[in-house]
Amino acid sequence: MSTTAFPVAEGAAPEGRAMDLLRFATAGSVDDGKSTLIGRLLYDTKSLFTDQLAAVEAVSAARGDEYTNLALLTDGLRAEREQGITIDVAYRYFATPRRKFIIADTPGHIQYTRNMVTGASTADLALILVDARKGLVEQSRRHAFLCSLLRVPHLVLCVNKMDLVDWSQDVFERISDEFTAFAAKLEVPDLTVVPISALHGDNIVTRSEHTPWYEGPSLLHHLERVHIASDRNLVDVRFPVQYVIRPQSTTVTDYRGYAGQVASGVLKPGDEVMVLPSGFTSRIAAIETADGPVAEAFPPMSVTVRLTDEIDISRGDLICRPNNAPAVAQDIEAMICWMDESQPLRPGGKYAIKHTTRSARTVVRGLHYRLDVNSLHRDETATELGLNEIGRVRLRTTVPLLADEYRRNRTTGGFILIDETTNRTVAAGMIVDTN
Amino acid sequence: METIDTTIPAAYRVSHLDALEAESIFVMREVVAELERPVLLFSGGKDSIVMLRLAQKAFAPARIPFPVMHVDTGHNFAEVLDYRDQRVAELGLQLVVASVPEALEAGLVRESADGMRNRIQTPVLLAAVEKYRFDALFGGARRDEEKARAKERVFSFRDDFGQWDPKNQRPELWSLYNGRHHPGESIRVFPLSNWTELDIWHYIARERLALPSIYYAHERLVVERDGMLYAVNEFIRPRGAEEPFKAQVRYRTVGDASCTAAVRSDADTVELVIEEVAATRITERGATRGDDRVSEAAMEDRKREGYF
Repeated sequence: MSTTAFPVAEGAAPEGRAMDLLRFATAGSVDDGKSTLIGRLLYDTKSLFTDQLAAVEAVSAARGDEYTNLALLTDGLRAEREQGITIDVAYRYFATPRRKFIIADTPGHIQYTRNMVTGASTADLALILVDARKGLVEQSRRHAFLCSLLRVPHLVLCVNKMDLVDWSQDVFERISDEFTAFAAKLEVPDLTVVPISALHGDNIVTRSEHTPWYEGPSLLHHLERVHIASDRNLVDVRFPVQYVIRPQSTTVTDYRGYAGQVASGVLKPGDEVMVLPSGFTSRIAAIETADGPVAEAFPPMSVTVRLTDEIDISRGDLICRPNNAPAVAQDIEAMICWMDESQPLRPGGKYAIKHTTRSARTVVRGLHYRLDVNSLHRDETATELGLNEIGRVRLRTTVPLLADEYRRNRTTGGFILIDETTNRTVAAGMIVDTN
Repeated sequence: METIDTTIPAAYRVSHLDALEAESIFVMREVVAELERPVLLFSGGKDSIVMLRLAQKAFAPARIPFPVMHVDTGHNFAEVLDYRDQRVAELGLQLVVASVPEALEAGLVRESADGMRNRIQTPVLLAAVEKYRFDALFGGARRDEEKARAKERVFSFRDDFGQWDPKNQRPELWSLYNGRHHPGESIRVFPLSNWTELDIWHYIARERLALPSIYYAHERLVVERDGMLYAVNEFIRPRGAEEPFKAQVRYRTVGDASCTAAVRSDADTVELVIEEVAATRITERGATRGDDRVSEAAMEDRKREGYF
């Protein structure tokens, strides 16, 4: 028997089918049926395995649950099972012939808002569940606001438990109208509303007979077809330098490549580029990968860029176009979501800041206001931000950040703050202004 | 500023496999840029083989800038050890072996009653981390493997006892990973977090990666135990009424030979394995890992102690 093998069937093309990837986060209040919905999506797309289901059935039976508790599928931690709630984000995966999906299943409880923010930060789309009997609650508004703050490009409001309101079109439309009116105050570029029953599977994979008045797509149909390719910014070239590749080798000599992941824009060999913060200009000599040179690089490709000139460039620098550059700024206006339970954010506080591949230190110069995420009221008398609170601050950094507004660019507009004593990530920040 | 064109040429579409690859390469480069002494855990299994390929890609044309470490339980499939040594030689890597048999010999750990060495791997791993002062450990774990894994961060902080505290994880926002730690503490890094078993196989096919032959269907002498097929070898002897028989099998995971089971399969090519994995209704660990069946939270409990 050989020790290594790559057996290929005759005539076979060893390529996986080229599907794209949609990342979505789920949100909603406790008991709105989030876990049931996820269980349903996994089950109906044959992504739920028999041993997982058997394990959940056995635990449900042992606990005396009256029905198989699909929440046990997603609540994987001991503490979550004990308390019957979701504490942390869990990631789930499924695929249909059209698309691959990554679900960030985020907790509904208010004390875990930071985990909701974590899940939404990378999402292309967010599902917000509401219970048709209860209508919009505080948590639905809070989650819609967080999704808009984090610029999740697509929102889907799932009005769940429609079976418990006799499939009433009036109920559905009332909730839909109320949510649309609220979303109008936020910046929600794309909103879809679907009446569903996660427990019975109505309008999840196929259109339901119970809702003849509903003319939209089933939830899965929408997830499979929502157009996400144009969410990527292909205009503003932003290439944060992550790592300088300089082989110490006798076969590869004088090689100097700038490795990184394209944040936005399209790079091509021959393009004139500018390097920040130095401001030197050069041209792209080549864009390389381990599989050979490429003619173009665009998000989210991880590549290595070589320039025609010898310029001193290191990690944390950024390659852009001379006529389209981010701000080079030490004073930053930002929205902050505070995530630390031990200490609040206060003016004067000093933190480490990580922005793209650049790290620096920062001081909080001022807190403009604390935002009530339910009423969107701005409390300008606030003197600190506690756990899960959101507010607008002014920061001064030790070195300039190469920054865009978050609304223009989720990569060059977002940052985290780290407590230098505990090393914990204590805040998520979104740049509003760089003047 | 210009407005963004909403019509995207087909040329800028990115397949899910390319997106996953780009994300994993980004993660590996972040670690090398920000941490002092990374090491990649290499078992010779399919996930760690994919990890090595990604590491090659992340730093080409330079060599992989960190050593690899094998936590050797002493219960190995011979094919896998051969594969390990061959691959390490090809890539010119430094191999660190954290040996459970040596630790047993030295009295650092004691054999558990059931003979499984999964649990005693952990102190041996942690001792090697301390000895070599590794501060970042790349692991090939995927979130689709198991429910405790589904909660795992890409950068997972461990205290100086190697312990994972699932209730107190660092929030992980965008692709801004926080690798800061005090001396003695470490970061476990999982670049394959978002990959599924099927993605791994598609990638193996695309990259034409050679694997230890036990991943493909072959005939083997087995016994049926707890509903799983275990190869009869020096670690697994028939017990009581167990009657060894020959079967056409392959391995979905390659772990400790004393607790890793095979599955019935005729899939002897990568395409057939992909078909099989796409159609299966049993998870990889559920089908083949005796160690995960110990309790409802077996994986979480081991991870808390410092296991991967």
